[in-house]
Amino acid sequence: MHKKAYFWLLVFASWFMGFSARAQDSAGGKPVEMADGLRANGKIYVVIIVVVTILLGLFAYVIRLDRKISRLEKNVK
Amino acid sequence: MLRQNWWKIICVVALIYTCIEGFLGSVPALPIINETIRNLYFHVAMWFGMMILFIVSVVYSIKYLRTNNHIFDIYALEYAKGGIVFGCLGLLTGSIWAGFTWGAFWSNDPKQLGAVIALLIYFAYLVLRNSMTDMDKRARIGAVYNIFAFAMLFPTIWIIPRMVESLHPGGMGNPALDSNDIDKRMRIVFWPGAVPGWTLLGVWITTLRIRLQLLTEKKHTSEPTKKKFSHA
Repeated sequence: MHKKAYFWLLVFASWFMGFSARAQDSAGGKPVEMADGLRANGKIYVVIIVVVTILLGLFAYVIRLDRKISRLEKNVK
Repeated sequence: MLRQNWWKIICVVALIYTCIEGFLGSVPALPIINETIRNLYFHVAMWFGMMILFIVSVVYSIKYLRTNNHIFDIYALEYAKGGIVFGCLGLLTGSIWAGFTWGAFWSNDPKQLGAVIALLIYFAYLVLRNSMTDMDKRARIGAVYNIFAFAMLFPTIWIIPRMVESLHPGGMGNPALDSNDIDKRMRIVFWPGAVPGWTLLGVWITTLRIRLQLLTEKKHTSEPTKKKFSHA
């Protein structure tokens, strides 16, 4: 089972290698307004921190629930 | 799968990756949709999750009909519930997205109507089940209805919206996941990150509900015998 876990982690790590391609582009020569300014000011990172905090909070909640149910299962057995 | 942990780690990593790279990664600059194209990682992933959960649900319904094992009925019901939650979230997020790109939160678009009909059919699955008190009857009719509900997904969300004029990508001359608007930079977040991440989160919550359901089942079946012995 642990071997399987490492295998999947490896698969996922290889996915991470792929996101290097980053290029600017525009549709038909006309520059399209994007949130580049916001990103230049560093403010997009605030959004990421907020979203990731919510995500981590949700994960903590689900993991606790998971453990609680596991404990109940042990008690019933 | 029910009590293993490796896929939960994948779920956490994939979702954190999606939420960081989904905002930081560069996307094609397209008029009207602008930065909202990033909704692909969240809105579209909801529908992928819903479809996968519904497929698992119908597989367990068929398994129930073949074996009459009550456990499979619990699996089918909980996976359907998980799919319904994802479907509702997909509809809601789609409506929000449409509000800022199509000009209206609800425009009676074939895709929107089809999705609502598909979800209503699944709501009826829950209503139908709860209208019966006999356990076996409920499980058997529920399983048969679940197969019908699954079959109805294909005309309502896959076929009809593609045959008529629709604002939604996937309609006539407006392909979904087209390489012009969703290019390599987005695929690298969408396929390895968003789709498995959100789907596995749905599976995780569903398996927790299944385990809880199995526990209460065990309690109900073991309690009467315990009482009998203690009173005797």
